Amino acid sequence: MSAVIDSHHHDDHHHGPAKGFTRWLYTTNHKDIGSMYLWFSFTMFLLGGCMALVIRAELFEPGLQIVAPNFFNQMTTMHGLIMVFGAVMPAFVGLANWLIPMMVGAPDMALPRMNNWSFWILPFAFSLMVSTLFMEGGGPNFGWTFYAPLSTTYAPPSVTFFIFAVHMMGISSIMGAINVIATILNMRAPGMTMMKMPMFVWSWLITAFLLIAVMPVLAGVVTMMLTDIHFGTSFFKPEGGGDPVLFQHVFWFFGHPEVYIMILPAFGIVSQIIPTFSRKPLFGYASMVYATASIAVLSFLVWAHHMFTVGMPLAGELFFMYATMLIAVPTGVKVFNWVSTMFKGSLTFETPMLFSVAFVILFTIGGFSGLMLAMAPADFQYHDTYFVVAHFHYVLVPGAIFSIFAAAYYWLPKWTGYMYDETLGKLHFWLSFIGVNLTFFPMHFVGLAGMPRRIPDYALQFADFNMVASIGAFLFGTTQLLFLFIVLKCVKGGKRATASVWEGAEGLEWTIPSPAPYHTFATPPKVN
Amino acid sequence: MREGVTEISHKVFDLHMLILWVCIAIGVVVFGVMFWSMFAYRKSRGAKASKFHESTTVEIIWTAIPFVILIGMAIPATGTLIEMYDTNDSEIDIKITGYQWKWRYDYLKEDFGYFSVMETHQDELYNRAEKGEHYLLDVDEPVVVPVGKKIRFLVTAADVIHSWWVPDIAVKRDAIPGYINESWTRIDTPGTYRGQCTELCGKDHGFMPVVVKAVEQAEYDEWVLAKQEKAKEEFELQSKEWTLAELTERGEAVYAKNCAGCHQANGQGLPPTFPSLVGQGLAVGAIEAHAEIVIKGSPGTSMPAFGGQLSDVDIAAVVTYERNAWGNDLGDMLEPKDVSGLK
Amino acid sequence: MSANYESYYVPEQSKWPIIATVGLFLLMYGLGSVLVDQTGGADTQTSWIVFSVGAAIMVFMFFGWFGAVAKESMSGMYSSQMDRSFRWGMAWFIFSEVMFFSAFFGALFYARFLAVPWLGGAGDGAMNTLLWPEFQAAWPLMTNPNPELFPGPTKTVDPWHIPLLNTVLLLASSVTLTIAHHAIKKDKRAQVIIWTALTVLLGAVFIGYQVYEYYLAYTELNLTMDSGIYGTTFYLLTGFHGVHVTLGAIILLVILIRYMFGHFSAKSHFGFEAASWYWHFVDVVWLALFVFVYVI
Ligand code: HEA
Ligand code: HEA
Ligand code: CUA
Ligand SMILES: [Cu+2]
Repeated sequence: MSAVIDSHHHDDHHHGPAKGFTRWLYTTNHKDIGSMYLWFSFTMFLLGGCMALVIRAELFEPGLQIVAPNFFNQMTTMHGLIMVFGAVMPAFVGLANWLIPMMVGAPDMALPRMNNWSFWILPFAFSLMVSTLFMEGGGPNFGWTFYAPLSTTYAPPSVTFFIFAVHMMGISSIMGAINVIATILNMRAPGMTMMKMPMFVWSWLITAFLLIAVMPVLAGVVTMMLTDIHFGTSFFKPEGGGDPVLFQHVFWFFGHPEVYIMILPAFGIVSQIIPTFSRKPLFGYASMVYATASIAVLSFLVWAHHMFTVGMPLAGELFFMYATMLIAVPTGVKVFNWVSTMFKGSLTFETPMLFSVAFVILFTIGGFSGLMLAMAPADFQYHDTYFVVAHFHYVLVPGAIFSIFAAAYYWLPKWTGYMYDETLGKLHFWLSFIGVNLTFFPMHFVGLAGMPRRIPDYALQFADFNMVASIGAFLFGTTQLLFLFIVLKCVKGGKRATASVWEGAEGLEWTIPSPAPYHTFATPPKVN
Repeated sequence: MREGVTEISHKVFDLHMLILWVCIAIGVVVFGVMFWSMFAYRKSRGAKASKFHESTTVEIIWTAIPFVILIGMAIPATGTLIEMYDTNDSEIDIKITGYQWKWRYDYLKEDFGYFSVMETHQDELYNRAEKGEHYLLDVDEPVVVPVGKKIRFLVTAADVIHSWWVPDIAVKRDAIPGYINESWTRIDTPGTYRGQCTELCGKDHGFMPVVVKAVEQAEYDEWVLAKQEKAKEEFELQSKEWTLAELTERGEAVYAKNCAGCHQANGQGLPPTFPSLVGQGLAVGAIEAHAEIVIKGSPGTSMPAFGGQLSDVDIAAVVTYERNAWGNDLGDMLEPKDVSGLK
Repeated sequence: MSANYESYYVPEQSKWPIIATVGLFLLMYGLGSVLVDQTGGADTQTSWIVFSVGAAIMVFMFFGWFGAVAKESMSGMYSSQMDRSFRWGMAWFIFSEVMFFSAFFGALFYARFLAVPWLGGAGDGAMNTLLWPEFQAAWPLMTNPNPELFPGPTKTVDPWHIPLLNTVLLLASSVTLTIAHHAIKKDKRAQVIIWTALTVLLGAVFIGYQVYEYYLAYTELNLTMDSGIYGTTFYLLTGFHGVHVTLGAIILLVILIRYMFGHFSAKSHFGFEAASWYWHFVDVVWLALFVFVYVI
């Protein structure tokens, strides 16, 4: 990302980026750090994707062909962990780094050195985590939800390193989130009141709050595992008065807010993009803010919908069922607001808009299946089948991942100063759209037909749809190399981007030149 | 979803269809408006953007409507759930215990129990043989239950968490070590119903199917009698005098069922996780140590404790077999009556 | 937001974060290796070395990084806006600590009010008596479901001796620290030093008693980490609290030394305030511990 020092702004520091690799190692610049987060995330996406392709290849047809069952479990586990903690979360943090200071008119993040630390922990944490695959006894093979006692008493020795890797990721996320909150609360330009902040900033404020609230709980639960494994404690051992289900409660107290951590920033992104290409302000800004906040609050009260089959008392079961269903209401408000924004607009469909529209449609489908899962009696039939896998891939892949693509296309011209190749972008979109549906839609059917998840081999009646899903996965996977190509091409050059880039774009980031100068807003802009 | 063969499973199926149609209906409306906007208000068709961007009234409306729809869905769901939780007045109690990687069924009132293991042959798994009709879904001994009776399942596990699921009767319950979960069913139609373990429980999670056979009462009674008879016979075998040949023969079958999954049919194992038993290690060492690891397992590794799973005869048989197979011609044997002393 | 915006200090490049990362990585990797080696029966020496190198780097980093911050702060590079960033940062960090403790308190409540009664056959766990026929639910749990694997404690900790004393100590330390805080605002140097030092001292005595209590628990009550869920929750909750007291005391000590070197003024002393927030937080956690772990 080339940086040009902007002469219009008075700059206290009078310098651009340092030369050489120390620029990246020592940097305190939110744009550099943002870029590193994004590249890291994309690398992890490819790695996690390759693992998904191993899974899909094994599941292409019945029988054990390519990998042994134990290795298959490691692939499933690592795929989930890497995608969640390595691909989606860092991508959103990267976007937050790039955009929030520009959007609120701040010179940088509030705590720039800590920002660098948050990032650099990640590559180390993931090296540790991936290296467990090569340790004796293999890597984590207990699913990304690592239920005890499979992940404690019955786990391979490498689980200890897995625990410490999770600790490191947690430290990184908490520091990143503290930085985001401090920036938003304290660094806004004069006149940028809370209710004038772009939706992306709002959604990140709430996401950061969720992160700070639940990452320590994750740290807590892995610490309990650690002491159960090495220090003789009995949190999850019934022989000593503990309970394996305790693990699930603590994990999902973290885990459910975690899934909203992966979708709220996506809501924010889409709320930026749809108004731009509808050339019409976002419909119901205030209600969007309240809806996002309600989702966050509710997310603390629904965790046990992942545990309907563990044998909770009836009252608990009902409470969590009702609370979960309630989340459909604020989420619905968001969907309706997006549609109303498009209604009577003046629409064009550049790549970011295509991804956003697909996001709204496919996320809603994923939300619907989520609502079906929320019905406790029906969940007895859905739970731990491919129906669940279909649900969460619909909210995660055409949800979170598509929003990240949309964001990348939308802001790439601002980052690089060049327009990306629109034709290739559209091609990328259409191939992805087809690939995603081909991969994940059939999973609804095999799930309803009774195929459990996390199995390396399946009964014959599931064969056809699995084949379709595998073909779709390879199509979708290969398409992402096209994305890599488009981004690289755009970084290298192309048509010069104007400052405002898009016709309907509003917000502070579109008032500064493209590419955004290395230091923006050394003196705060006036917002009115 | 499968409609199933019990009253509950029908209700669950109806609930599923209800929410599915509600979602589809909402989807049609929402996506309808959206596609209409995308079609009618394209810039290329000369659409000019309006500037409206707020309306408290519509916000309230579209908060309220979904809310009402949700209440409509919650009511039948609550009813069904309450029914599912009513495990009172059962006529047959079956305790189900999940093991890595098989199920054990204990008929509490009838006082017998047995293991149920997947029967699909390794050759089918590795594509060396034609896959059978019930590939992966066949077991050696199904759970047999009579039709029309309320059967209560008491689900638990011996090692990690498993989950006992039969789609056709809409029963899925997690098997939690140290705790018992209850569930129940009453099957209307005789038949064989198949399901699988649905909680990741390690390497062979995909290979621990559940098969329920619902039969007429008379047939069930007969089956129970036979089972009780067999249990008595097994018990008597304990005090019988065994020869080496008898024990190895029995041991081969026990081995194939319980050990071959990890240590492989040829005893070579899959090192380093699953060590080879041929010509090395405990299998050719002191017989007590060998028997002990079979009985007590090896904590921290994948080797389970078979002491609670196999009868004394079977433990003696399998230990004897391992010491006399694949060229481990030690010629010694473990007597069934010595096993209890080692426990 | 009517703050002064004239210049927000954005630091130049810094080598500390990457040093901190390497330190943290070695520390965690080393600790993990120690544990794995120990359990696997291997030699732990190399792992301890890795761990120690990591720890040393972390200490070095803390001195370096905070040293840099202190220098910047004293040369007047920070604005009041910068100060607020630090405040938000510290406040949210403490919130994250609150959530960390919540996880363990949650485990305690769950075990006590749900898991143990269920194991004993209460409520929906009626049939559990099949699995543990001998087991009686009680709290504190003296006899575990499997007493062979997990022999329970012989006695429980008496809240009205050491724990009560410790409560008084910590409460007193909060008071002394508040006095020091008032003094710093009025620039009464001697008082600040005396009262802060007293706070640290009280903290140290607290730790001493805590260690003594553990010693008694291990030797006389047979209450250990392996004595089932009671010992588990007892040690993990009080243990993590103890670690926090230790950290808090060290932080206060550093702050005290910095004060003596004239790093803080009556107007600008965020370092002191952050440390005192932390201390009060640790204090509040203790009150919850005293009530829920010892008394009730
Ligand atoms: C980004 C991630 C994300 C998001 C946003 C969601 C959103 C939701 N999820 Fe999902 N979920 C996951 C990620 C996510 N989930 C993951 C990863 C798992 C599996 C974890 C594992 O086990 O590995 C999971 C599993 C999961 C389960 C457990 C299934 C099981 O294991 O048995 C349940 C059960 O209730 C559930 C429910 C919901 C609900 C109700 C929503 C709601 O928020 C959805 C709300 C949205 C809508 C409903 C659509 C829009 C609304 C309207 C158009 C309004 C009108 C609609 C109506 C009135 C119907 N999810
Ligand atoms: C954001 C999260 C996310 C994302 C993006 C994905 C993406 C994908 N996932 Fe998923 N998945 C999860 C989160 C996610 N997943 C989680 C949480 C689980 C649960 C885990 C568990 O059960 O514990 C899961 C489980 C899961 C399963 C179930 C496994 C099982 O139950 O055993 C499957 C099966 O098909 C699957 C498939 C896929 C596929 C095909 C993609 C595709 O979208 C991937 C696309 C592919 C690529 C992007 C590859 C591109 C690379 C190349 C083409 C090669 C290039 C090579 C080089 C550059 C060297 N995933
Ligand atoms: Cu047993 Cu999965
Ligand atoms: Cu959830």
